[in-house]
Amino acid sequence: MRGARCFGVLLLAQALIAAAPAPLSPGMLAPSFARSDLSGHRVDLKAYRGKLVLLDFWASWCAPCIVEIPRLIALQKRYGGVQVIGVSMDDSIAPVQKVTRRFAFNYPVLLGDADFGNLYGGVYGLPVRFLIAPDGRILRIWKGELPPGTLDHAVRAALGRLNR
Amino acid sequence: MGAVRFAMIALFAAFFAVPLAATARAEGAADAAIPQDARIEPAAFVDQLRGTNPPATILQVGSSVLYAEAHIPGSQYAGPTGKEDGIKNLASHVDGLPRDKPIVIYCGCCPWTRCPNIGAAYKHLLSMGFTHVKALYLPNNFGDDWVNKGYPVARGN
Repeated sequence: MRGARCFGVLLLAQALIAAAPAPLSPGMLAPSFARSDLSGHRVDLKAYRGKLVLLDFWASWCAPCIVEIPRLIALQKRYGGVQVIGVSMDDSIAPVQKVTRRFAFNYPVLLGDADFGNLYGGVYGLPVRFLIAPDGRILRIWKGELPPGTLDHAVRAALGRLNR
Repeated sequence: MGAVRFAMIALFAAFFAVPLAATARAEGAADAAIPQDARIEPAAFVDQLRGTNPPATILQVGSSVLYAEAHIPGSQYAGPTGKEDGIKNLASHVDGLPRDKPIVIYCGCCPWTRCPNIGAAYKHLLSMGFTHVKALYLPNNFGDDWVNKGYPVARGN
């Protein structure tokens, strides 16, 4: 009985100590990052200022993420003013490379981790996507599987607004 | 010419059909593998955690990156059970336990019906002879159904 009570107190203390990352919302500045992609090239978010950025958190084991990859590749091909950046939340690089070999990726993929997830407000489930404006502010956040065409429509609308 | 065209179509179909079939296998795998009475709702599980009789063994059977971001306090990482190495990891965590020990597994890496881990973990524990296995029912993911509800969370490895 006493042991169980101690366990409860321990859980509560652990929960209080754990610092939750600040959630992100549209209008906020997208947190900056600079990391090497799978090919060893440096990917710095700041370098894409002036472009619309679509940041895609995914993993090789996530079926709804894999479904979206050909659409992201098509989107990157279709719109010159857009840069897609993939952040894989896989535990290791090998399964990510397997996916990037299967699909002909035309955008950089970084290997994410818990720090990266926390930087973006906590990526606790996949997929998660951020649409970032040319000035670095977050325009949209999507969590979970999306109906086909959602990202394309949002990107087209954002580019239309920017070109007005 | 016809044979070449047929071979190209077959190759194309194989290239796309295999991954799609794998996706289809993952879809609904949790629903098929885990009966309703073996599921536990988050609110009920939180009550157990806060109560005087917390479950002895809680296992996260998904991704270690997501575990490091946030997990249920007191839970151990024992995945990813959608892969063979993960099943071995799970087995090593529970091998010495009495088979009637209550075990709660959870994942929440992606929606329940799309999760590659939770159904596989449940089936494997049953195949090892465990008789008191429950799966935490997280319909969307661990973020929506646990963290954002304000339930207790620990971070790090």
